[in-house]
Amino acid sequence: MKSLVVSDLSAWFGRKRVLRSVDMSAEPGSVTAIIGPSGCGKSTLLRCLNRMHEEVRGARAQGKVLFDGLDIYGPGVDPVDVRRRIGMVFQRPNPFPTMSIFENAVAGLRLGSKMRRAELQERAERALRASGLWEEVKDGLDEPGGKLSGGQQQRLCIARALAVEPEVLLMDEPASALDPASTLRIEELIQELKSRYNVVIVTHNMQQAARISDWTLFMLYGEVVEYAPTKKMFTTPEDRRTEDYVTGRFG
Amino acid sequence: MSHRVAEPGAASARLGDRAFRGLTLAVGMGLIAVLVVVLWVLAQGGAPALARFGPGFLVGRNWDPVHQSFGALPYVFGTLVTSAIAITLAVPVAVGLAILLNEPVGRAVTAPLASFVDVLAAIPSVVYGLWGLAVLSPAMERHVEPFLRATIGRIPILGRLFSGTPSGGDLFTAGVVLAIMILPIVTAISREVFSVVPRDLREAAKALGATRYETIRMGVLPYARPGIVGATMLGLGRALGETIAVSMVVGGGRSVGASLFAAGSTIPSVIASQFLNAQGIGYHRPALLALALVLVTISLSLAALSRLMVRRTARLLDGGSVEGAAEGPALEVSG
Ligand SMILES: Nc1ncnc2c1ncn2[C@@H]1O[C@H](COP(=O)(O)OP(=O)(O)OP(=O)(O)O)[C@@H](O)[C@H]1O
Ligand SMILES: [Mg+2]
Repeated sequence: MKSLVVSDLSAWFGRKRVLRSVDMSAEPGSVTAIIGPSGCGKSTLLRCLNRMHEEVRGARAQGKVLFDGLDIYGPGVDPVDVRRRIGMVFQRPNPFPTMSIFENAVAGLRLGSKMRRAELQERAERALRASGLWEEVKDGLDEPGGKLSGGQQQRLCIARALAVEPEVLLMDEPASALDPASTLRIEELIQELKSRYNVVIVTHNMQQAARISDWTLFMLYGEVVEYAPTKKMFTTPEDRRTEDYVTGRFG
Repeated sequence: MSHRVAEPGAASARLGDRAFRGLTLAVGMGLIAVLVVVLWVLAQGGAPALARFGPGFLVGRNWDPVHQSFGALPYVFGTLVTSAIAITLAVPVAVGLAILLNEPVGRAVTAPLASFVDVLAAIPSVVYGLWGLAVLSPAMERHVEPFLRATIGRIPILGRLFSGTPSGGDLFTAGVVLAIMILPIVTAISREVFSVVPRDLREAAKALGATRYETIRMGVLPYARPGIVGATMLGLGRALGETIAVSMVVGGGRSVGASLFAAGSTIPSVIASQFLNAQGIGYHRPALLALALVLVTISLSLAALSRLMVRRTARLLDGGSVEGAAEGPALEVSG
């Protein structure tokens, strides 16, 4: 488990600057929530943490993101290596629809190195158990991943991210497209994962942030307004704007 | 108030809807009718030859108007072989080009290349024929074919395709000309296909740590496959029917052997060169009409086959998060 320390991070889409010198850190064994109104740059910040931001045409980032002490934006760092160690789950479930559930779960393991079938099976089972999907799919691992329900698909995507055993897990509103029951499952899952992973999650849901995170980062217009332990954030925030936002008075 | 305003609008919208549906239906039926009439005319005209020669019409190798003996095998063979060469050469290039153009980087090189490929579509087919005759044939005879014979020609089974005496005017040269002629359409449709593959899947692969090549293999190609099949079929349709350019470079022989360096003929080329002289009594004219019927049958069967292949993959995609993304372009196959 490794820590992430962000300092003076800015990001652009073309000319438009969407992150303004962000500082934050995410500690191993904890859940860090990023909250803020729509368009404030939460997804962009998250995508900067595993160098996915630069995949958008015209997008670039500048600053430092120290992962276990090493700057992932440093010279000679291959984004492919970064992404293998820092996993990501997206807002919209995006399993590979023509691949089977099994193939989806081990998709990341198929990259780069070759692995024996038995080991793949073991890793798939472990990841699917961790994401809480195993009991539902164990008899139909050869079914196409696209045939699952939305909530199941999202848990399949989480399993896919976990199977490569990343050191950090980034999640962008992983439950926003799901019903309350599936949301609850995913929240429980995050609680279980946090002992073994460093989890950073973007959420729109204030209660969710309060329930599952240890640290909370509040952003506004691409800037960090406040970064504090979740309890403090939701009871005695330092900044007036944070208070307005978490109590729902933000306008 | 707003209710009264809305009503006539809604009614006329429904009327427009009905009119549009009626029109679409009429045009659709019209097209089917045209196809049926064409098939009917060909079947009617070709019937005497088919009745006279039976299955021998398809497997016979002798096509001799003077002695009234008609076996179409060399022409069917030539058509299938030249089209197969064209597809084999053109599809990988077209798909590769389409992939490159879909990538966010390297446009400076690939974009001009793409415009060049588009321009190829505007060249009349007789010009391709002239170019094939004047430039390509000699080059094939002197350089390309001897080289292939000396290299691939030595491999046990595959080598038989590249054995024999290079002549320049042969099935292989015709296939190469056809490949260049169908490149633009296959490229254009493949590009369209790649551009509708959802970003989600590409990002899913990237976020797992896929390299650019792995991203294409894992997050792009599987969803583009039905569309590429469609693009291939359209290209194949053009290759099967191409007449002038092919007849100028294919050599006019009647080979049915393994060597691609032998002179052959295709169905369109033989119909174009003989039909005007086939007005007399006898089986020549029916035989040519029967030949046309065979060509149409081949095209239609391939189109039907491609629909089946596309359907199978599309059904998988439908259940997923990419509702029918790859179905769109494939619809054009039947056209
Ligand atoms: N692909 C893009 N091209 C250009 N601008 C973009 C792009 N994606 C996002 N932006 C802009 O960047 C800013 C931050 O977007 P981002 O997606 O990070 O917001 P967010 O906080 O995640 O919002 P939401 O809660 O709605 O998901 C927004 O102003 C948005 O308009
Ligand atoms: Mg977002």
